[in-house]
Amino acid sequence: MPILTQTEAQALLKKVLAYSKADQCEVNIYGKDAGNLRYARNAVSTSGGNSSSTLAVSSAFGNKLGVATINEYDDASLEKVVRRSEELARLAPENPEFMPFLGPQEYAATSPTFNKDTAAIDPKYRADEVAKSLSISKENKLVAAGFLENHVAYSAIMNTNGLFGYNTSTNVSFNVTLRTEDGTGSGYSTKAYNDVSKLDISAATRIAAQKASGSKGARAIEPGKYTVILEPAAALVLLENMIGSMDARSADEGRSFLSSPGGKTKLGEKLMDERVTIYSDPWNPELPTSRLNGDGRPHEKVTWIDKGVMKNVYYSRFWAKKNNAKALPGPDGFIMAGGDATLEELIKSTEKGILVTRLWYIREVDPQTLLYTGLTRDGTFYIENGEIKFPVKNFRFNESPIIMLNNVEALGRPERTVSGESQQSALIPPMKIRDFTFTSLSDAI
Amino acid sequence: MKRRDFLQMAGMGLGAGLLAQVPLIGNAIPIETPWYTIDVTKKKELADAALNAARSKGATYTDVRIGRYLNQFIITREDKVENIVNTESYGIGIRVIAGGSWGFASTDKMDKDSIAKTAALAVAIAKENARLLTTPVELAPQKGYGEVSWKAPIERNAFDVPVKEKADLLLSVNDAALKGGANYIGSYMFLVNEQKYFASSDGSYIDQDIHRIWPTFQITKIDAATGKFETRNALSAPRGMGYEYLMPRESDKIKGVTTLYRNRYDMLEDARQGAAQVGEKMKAKSVEPGKYDLILDPSHLWLTIHESVGHPTELDRVLGYEANFAGTSFLTLDKWQSKNFNFGSPLVNIVADKTQPGSLGAVGYDDEGVGTQKWDLIKNGVLVNYQTIRDQAHIIGLNHSQGCCYAQGWGDVQFQRMPNVSLQPGAGKLSPAEMIKNVEKGIFIAGDGSFSIDQQRYNFQFGGQLYYEIKNGQIVGMLKDVAYQSNTQEFWNSCKAIADESDYRLGGSFFDGKGQPSQSSAVSHGSSTARFNGVNVINTARKI
Repeated sequence: MPILTQTEAQALLKKVLAYSKADQCEVNIYGKDAGNLRYARNAVSTSGGNSSSTLAVSSAFGNKLGVATINEYDDASLEKVVRRSEELARLAPENPEFMPFLGPQEYAATSPTFNKDTAAIDPKYRADEVAKSLSISKENKLVAAGFLENHVAYSAIMNTNGLFGYNTSTNVSFNVTLRTEDGTGSGYSTKAYNDVSKLDISAATRIAAQKASGSKGARAIEPGKYTVILEPAAALVLLENMIGSMDARSADEGRSFLSSPGGKTKLGEKLMDERVTIYSDPWNPELPTSRLNGDGRPHEKVTWIDKGVMKNVYYSRFWAKKNNAKALPGPDGFIMAGGDATLEELIKSTEKGILVTRLWYIREVDPQTLLYTGLTRDGTFYIENGEIKFPVKNFRFNESPIIMLNNVEALGRPERTVSGESQQSALIPPMKIRDFTFTSLSDAI
Repeated sequence: MKRRDFLQMAGMGLGAGLLAQVPLIGNAIPIETPWYTIDVTKKKELADAALNAARSKGATYTDVRIGRYLNQFIITREDKVENIVNTESYGIGIRVIAGGSWGFASTDKMDKDSIAKTAALAVAIAKENARLLTTPVELAPQKGYGEVSWKAPIERNAFDVPVKEKADLLLSVNDAALKGGANYIGSYMFLVNEQKYFASSDGSYIDQDIHRIWPTFQITKIDAATGKFETRNALSAPRGMGYEYLMPRESDKIKGVTTLYRNRYDMLEDARQGAAQVGEKMKAKSVEPGKYDLILDPSHLWLTIHESVGHPTELDRVLGYEANFAGTSFLTLDKWQSKNFNFGSPLVNIVADKTQPGSLGAVGYDDEGVGTQKWDLIKNGVLVNYQTIRDQAHIIGLNHSQGCCYAQGWGDVQFQRMPNVSLQPGAGKLSPAEMIKNVEKGIFIAGDGSFSIDQQRYNFQFGGQLYYEIKNGQIVGMLKDVAYQSNTQEFWNSCKAIADESDYRLGGSFFDGKGQPSQSSAVSHGSSTARFNGVNVINTARKI
């Protein structure tokens, strides 16, 4: 099944709804064409292509819901999947939290999530680009392992209450780890964009090469509290966990970092440094994201944290109705405001500190305080008097993003980066943080 | 749109924590669908079509996996069944060697014409990749088995159990926890059936039927006055078993400060105990950081084994194939070649085993048609072997694969995945109770919790579900805010006692992630309770 245009998707979903005999019916379709090339030990290892789509039909009788999905699109299959969802709905237990499907929604102008050049990437492009990365690795007597992936995707939703929404997007992502031949140095770089013209695989590989060569002979320094400069890719893996925990229901139920004694929440309270402002904006040209949520709710520009104050949390439609709140969906991508300083300028203004390229294996230790643990990786350097002095051995940290965002020293210029843990993109600044807690040393390189 | 949105969109919403771990494979099918299997004659016909097409396009080796993957997830919270999701995925993955390079392509269009086109695409990709090769792929020899089959030895197919019976069990578990004082509980049942057919140009036609089950829950208790909360997760293990795992048997219970389970799990009893324990956790003493002797129950130790032994002995990591994502390994080839690398104390014997009944990793043949085996990884504390597959076996001088190849579905390329990796029981008679008697200052830990380890598998930090303080040979009460940090080699060298075989149990992971794009696999880890002396314990309490 190829990628459907809005008109084609609309026609298909309309046809599916015509088979419905339920009280309410909603149809979603999601399709993706993806390709990848993976390499290691300075040579290709695996690569492949994957093309898939799924049509999901949700039928409801009263507050009983049934869902069935299919990936065949002839008339008989479409009718079959509608009947299956209806059978399931009849068998399903009553769900007191069921919400009627949404009626028609106003979606603002399409955001530039789709790029035709990215959609046109083929196996030859991937092989040619990876060849450049491999030659930089070999020129520098390094060993490369990397991954180049691209996809084009679309989604559409329609229901018997008059809702229709459509979105299409592209993404290309590249990440590479270069290691010295003797395994004593390692460097990393990662980039992802909707628009392939912004991706410079050679430049990204050169950054990783510089970090790999520069991290040879790392010295051990005592764990403890340090001023750190987190590059955007390092900061993101902590911030995305905080954003993922800003759900209203957990806060109201008393089981989130936003819960307060007496059944209250911290909504409206100042929790962080006043330079911290985090928002989402589907139309940001650097980070265009979907204008509709999976359940059809429109995304809008939302300020989640404003000058350190917790401004908004996100809701399921059920929980919003129960609490008479606006049913804001969770963001599809987030942006943190920053300043004008470059990473180099942040380093220059640092008397003593540690530059962190990447944080790895992030796991929650305590949901109450959002304490996370994990390690530095692939380029950790000691800074003294405004200069990188020497590479240091990697650390394990135990830190909460809430504490970290209270300890802001400076924020640099936001840039688009991508999480090595979730593969989600964000627009965030490099940040200088005081008293970041490293709890032990690691021998890992 | 992201997978998370799609799951929500399609009414498949799971708890946020679990959501991140559950791969969405396949299409929902109705609850009432009979659990039929595809006729093996038909599968052979389709496989031959792929083998012939690939050979005619110039493949020098081809393997074909025709898979039908069934999942059922039942999701409840408190008094509600939130969702019942049935999914089915049926398709074919074709892997070839052409021009010395691997190529892979897959399709769910199961007619011979589409299959032939997919085989041709796999060959074309291999040829395109060949220009980025340094050395051609070298496969360890593997004889064809002809037409063979293997079935997991289950007693009761969980897919045949009526959905209502399964949902009612979860609701009764929730009810028990709420009556026991819990504020919230989410309980879940994950069922998997992999019907896999493998054929290769070596002459194997292998039909396999694999079953897995994971019942689990999370109980939460809240102190509204202070705004504090605690959770306690189930002490169950995911298993390569049928529904019999959920049919309790007294002989499979180990009674102590908490009840622990061998090959049968009493979910109701665990929920009752969990509800009481989460209340105790609220009032427990916050741990004093420092060195403690740790007594680690198998329900906890499996995850430490998984991370600190399972992953670093994967040969593909050692060689650098995972350097960009999962990482490499501190167990470099020179350490293995030395034949005297001191991984752990002489008590430490760790085996890899793809044959262990009831385990998640048990199959007859792996996903490149190699018969499964059992072998030593660590012998008397010394590193003696790795885990490998056909295209890497020659690097460690093996003339055969160890059968560790796996793909999460027909649409994903197979690669090296961990077999069951298990700590062998101690030789002398020793119970956990006797072990605790000799501990002056220690902590007994049950259940798995937070886990994190570096990319070469040196430095780790683990939490658990239940922490009991041991003073002068006695358990004196519960602790909280506990995590231990250590270095793999130091930790395994601090292993000073391992309980005997009667205490041996399996834990495991249903969703172990590796590779780019990431794939999940399921793997078990067995052990008896073990003692580790002088491990660094930190206090994880913070104020925000």
